[in-house]
Amino acid sequence: MRNCPATVARCRILFRSFLIFSAVICQLAFAKAQQNNANEELLVLPGEVGRSGGRLAVSLRGEPKTLNPIIAADARSREVIGVMQADLVHINRATQLTEPALAKSWKISPDGLTYTLVLRKGLKFSDGQPMDADDVLFSFRVYLDENTHAPQRDLLIVGGKPISVRKIDAQTVVFQMAEPYGAGERLFDGMAILPRHLLEKPFQEGKLGQIGSLSAAANQWAGLGPFRLKEYVAGQRLVLERNPYYWKSDSKGNRLPHLDELVFLFVPNADAQVLKFQSGETDMISQLGAENFSVLSRQQNGYTVTDAGPGLEYNFLFFNLNDVGEKAPADLQRKQKWFHEVKFRQAVAAATDREAIVRLVYQGRGAAIWGLVTPGNKRWGDANLSHPPRSLERARTLLKEVGFSWSTGPNGESILQDSDGKPVEFSILTSSTNADRAKMAALLQDDLKQLGMRVQVVPLEFRSLLDRVTQTKEYDTCIMGIASYDADPNSDINVWLSSGGTHLWNPSQPHPATPWEAEIDHLIEEQMSARTFDQRKKLYDRAQEILAEHQPMIFLASPDILAGAKNSVGNFHPAVLEPYVLWNVEQLYLKSGRENATR
Amino acid sequence: MSRWRKVAPWLLVLAVLHGIVVCAGFFAPYDPIEQDRKNPYLPPMRLHFVDTHKHLHLRPFVYAFTLRPGSFDQYMEDTSHPLPLKFFVAGDRYRLLGLLPARLHLFGADNERIYLLGSDAFGRDQLSRLLFGGQVSLLAGLLGAGFTLLIGWCIGAAAGYYGGWRDDLLMRVAELFLALPWLYLLFAIRAFLPLAVNPLQAFFLIVAVIAAVGWARPARLVRGIVLSAKERDFVRAARGFGASDVYLLRRHILPETSSVLLTQTAILIPQYVLAEMTLSFLGLGVPEPVPSWGNLLSNLQQYSVLVSYWWMYLPALIMVPFFLGYLGLASALQESPGAYKIERRSLGSLA
Repeated sequence: MRNCPATVARCRILFRSFLIFSAVICQLAFAKAQQNNANEELLVLPGEVGRSGGRLAVSLRGEPKTLNPIIAADARSREVIGVMQADLVHINRATQLTEPALAKSWKISPDGLTYTLVLRKGLKFSDGQPMDADDVLFSFRVYLDENTHAPQRDLLIVGGKPISVRKIDAQTVVFQMAEPYGAGERLFDGMAILPRHLLEKPFQEGKLGQIGSLSAAANQWAGLGPFRLKEYVAGQRLVLERNPYYWKSDSKGNRLPHLDELVFLFVPNADAQVLKFQSGETDMISQLGAENFSVLSRQQNGYTVTDAGPGLEYNFLFFNLNDVGEKAPADLQRKQKWFHEVKFRQAVAAATDREAIVRLVYQGRGAAIWGLVTPGNKRWGDANLSHPPRSLERARTLLKEVGFSWSTGPNGESILQDSDGKPVEFSILTSSTNADRAKMAALLQDDLKQLGMRVQVVPLEFRSLLDRVTQTKEYDTCIMGIASYDADPNSDINVWLSSGGTHLWNPSQPHPATPWEAEIDHLIEEQMSARTFDQRKKLYDRAQEILAEHQPMIFLASPDILAGAKNSVGNFHPAVLEPYVLWNVEQLYLKSGRENATR
Repeated sequence: MSRWRKVAPWLLVLAVLHGIVVCAGFFAPYDPIEQDRKNPYLPPMRLHFVDTHKHLHLRPFVYAFTLRPGSFDQYMEDTSHPLPLKFFVAGDRYRLLGLLPARLHLFGADNERIYLLGSDAFGRDQLSRLLFGGQVSLLAGLLGAGFTLLIGWCIGAAAGYYGGWRDDLLMRVAELFLALPWLYLLFAIRAFLPLAVNPLQAFFLIVAVIAAVGWARPARLVRGIVLSAKERDFVRAARGFGASDVYLLRRHILPETSSVLLTQTAILIPQYVLAEMTLSFLGLGVPEPVPSWGNLLSNLQQYSVLVSYWWMYLPALIMVPFFLGYLGLASALQESPGAYKIERRSLGSLA
């Protein structure tokens, strides 16, 4: 572990020698940072040593709504907050394991209920104010407060009770839980430590939700991340500058981050992002589609594109298994009779050509999946999960077993009928802005045509699609994708639990509707409080097998994480976890003297 | 007579073009929605007459493509594997004119599929999709224009002939329709409709919208002609002899509008084909996998397709001869003495 005393001592020595050196060449910002250096415990990162300076631009899918982690719900805000805030314990996006962050070490009591975290010394917010245990206490008080409606709150309720936080001294904090928590210290990842000196007053006045807007002056906001707010131009860009008080250094003792500025350009669609990257306006690009990836790799000049391997995004088809009641259209009730039939769902799954999806949608840069744990998840996949190949014969047998039959249509095509003689027709909803999923739907449509099912693809704007799936429940089937934010199963807890909001085929149930959903609930809850990885893995594997047997979701494919960067960007190592290319933003640097380049 | 001579060549061109599209099943080698998942984005196969040994073949042939190892969409010609074109072969079932079941196709190849205009993302034959897509697009244009002119003609004639408050009312309504943001209207209509619209419903929705939106312009034109025609001496005379409104309209006034109507038809059809293409391009047209020219073009919305596969532009190219034919016909109709005569006569009566 990097936080053992020897390393810390070496780090100090290194840091002192670095100070002597840097005092000669330092910039103004550095000079300020030096004053309390004796007490600072910087985290030393291994790896390539970069050169400092420069400005790096990336595109963002749109404007972030807020910089305030308490109210941020959209991916864009979270991406920006990710580089402006820091957490106590951090999950390394490359290894998928936890690492010390603001807490230099932690201890878990043998009963798994008490976590003792020791903070780094000399931590400072980006406005220069010191950070200590009181800020940690304050942050968790805010997250747990019901009135702030923080999205983090659900995660901090373990065994039905909120976590309690206690301060031992300025450097030590103790977290007490009602029940053991399976994922352990991963809990702290993403829990940004908030600046108490800025937020305490608004919090007491109940105005916390209004803080952290982009247009606020840069000095009204502070964080512990590598960058801080510099300038915001509505509709165009967000400019962040280097946080001179950041608490990490490279192996030579240079304080990170290397970059002087990080610019987010607001570019609303994927194709426009590719054009901006090609024209050199942005230095890095992530979340590339396979087709754009091949365009970029065909005409590489001055940049490199990388396939980081399968990510954690899983795409799937799910059926409307909601209890829609008597008032629902008769049409939907009839279709639901088929959908509730497990062998019907299994038949659809058996007819699905996943290989074709991987090849035609992802151009081979993806993986077929049979469960929601993707091959990109290194630890949690179930090796025993069967991967049945496509078999129309098996599909037909399954359908026959539950009373479906075939008749011949006017053009000689075969038509599948249910036991009442009604033809099997249904629609697949898909987001109109996602070309990949529209393609999957077109492939499925053709796959199922071979079973005699008439399927229509309905592209819908994503918001109204979500509204139909979670609110009105007026749909037949739907194709969607979810990207887990962490490799731990807990990141998908709302998909698994029948009470979860993204338990898409039948969300937010008061009681599990079926015995197998009840069993999954039970297994998932049990694994949450299981102590060892092996115990958790066993329970989780079982849950995966039940899901694969009942097929409420038919898992299709998982795309590779594709990213690109100019050759001048150093330390570019895309990860399969969000934020794919910015996870090591503090280590990124520009190789040549390009920092004065104007754009 | 000379009118006919001017118009005839254009009519012939259009008849041939439409004939090909109507008999798409025969001219297209394959079923337009059949996927060939091994061959996505296959470039068009070139017709050869001379093989690698410099031997001339009377029967044209193409070379099969093989995928470059390690790539997804880079193919090369396999010169060891010629595929001679066979004519009048039995292939996929289709219905000629939507009625007669048939299996005969103009050309094909033994055992393997050939792609003279390449294939799309799912390995569907682009040539077959173009031809079948034309059926949807052209029919939408024809029906749309037909309905538009019918509505416009009736309303225009009524407004022009009866005049007064009826004229004011109808023309204000027409102006309202001209001012409608019809694209957004269509989005709204689509939102009200049931979720899954089958291709036929979607098709008639397009036709209905095109017609409902477009009638105002021809209505104004017809009204103008009717206004001038009803003041003409022979019309007054007929009225003086006690002719009824219906008789006057049928016998004397509406025939005056025929030339304008014909020209309008020739102008409106390509315009409405284009409208169908626009709607389908925006995803409001007939749903996948049914092809229409707009659907085919909507592939170009993706940047990667735009820069990688030039044959996806072909649907844009194919409408050129059609539009040229219609516009040529329109100008021939306008220039012909028939139309001139009417104009002169109406001018004379005004003077």
